[in-house]
Amino acid sequence: MAPAAAAKPTGESRWYPADDIKAPRKSKAKRSVHKPTKLRSSITPGTVCVLLSGRFRGKRVVFLKQMASGTLLVTGPYKVNGVPLRRVNQAYVIATSTKLDVSKVDVSAIDDAYFARAPEAKKTAEDAFFAQASKESVVSDQKKKDQDVVDASILAGLSKDKLLKAYLNAKFSLTKKDRPHEMVF
Amino acid sequence: MGFTRFVEIGRVALINYGPDEGKLCTIIDVVDHNKALIDGPEELTGVKRQMIPFKRLALTDFKVKILRNARQGTLKKAFAEADVLAKWGATAWARKRAAKAKRASLGDLDRFKLMIARKQKARAVNTALAKLKKSA
Repeated sequence: MAPAAAAKPTGESRWYPADDIKAPRKSKAKRSVHKPTKLRSSITPGTVCVLLSGRFRGKRVVFLKQMASGTLLVTGPYKVNGVPLRRVNQAYVIATSTKLDVSKVDVSAIDDAYFARAPEAKKTAEDAFFAQASKESVVSDQKKKDQDVVDASILAGLSKDKLLKAYLNAKFSLTKKDRPHEMVF
Repeated sequence: MGFTRFVEIGRVALINYGPDEGKLCTIIDVVDHNKALIDGPEELTGVKRQMIPFKRLALTDFKVKILRNARQGTLKKAFAEADVLAKWGATAWARKRAAKAKRASLGDLDRFKLMIARKQKARAVNTALAKLKKSA
């Protein structure tokens, strides 16, 4: 009997295995391809969105860009309704047909890492036990500055239209006769 | 007070259900106690000649002078002559329908503006009323 390997140099075995052998799974790294989150077509830069969850629910905010993580970068603007630069999930947002001009807003420097928390110093168990009420979080001056820079050009456009500013300042809510499934946004 | 609107040849009706909902039509013939033959005329109201149950019709005050089973051309002429569309547009019924459709089409910002406008109107009315009450 001739040796199988010599007869078939292509790599295929001449013999079928007696038992079924499962094909090895493709490596995990290959399978998990990062697919960017699809942005809803109604959301474009400058779209006014209504937030539906979180502590700013009901607020109307301006969409700036989609982050690499798929979330939406929005701003109140902070001066108008108190919503800072913030990431939100597009599932918890109603996109309205109102669009503002945000072409002059530069948010290229703001990425997901920008919102990362500073690592806290590790506490010993004793420290944690005797710690007073949790520290108030402090917004860094850099973030305050960034907020002002981003909002400046949006505010310039808003100052011309008082009603639009009042609109952004007002919270969205439903009243007696409102049927949200029949409403146009 | 008796009835003033009757199912009769030439009666203009509003279709309130189905694909032609919201359009006007003219009764051409009465098929039986449930159905009528209607025609827009298509060129003026967009309703094709068809049979339709009375349940889907709401009779209006208007009547077109035609004979039973009038041809489309004849109907169109009579319909245009009676100036039904303009008269219909001026009725409270049509205006209410238009207002309702307009309200439904408003976006979020427009609803907000409407709310502000309503508030301003109410304020103006209330101040005027208060003044009148004081002077009376």
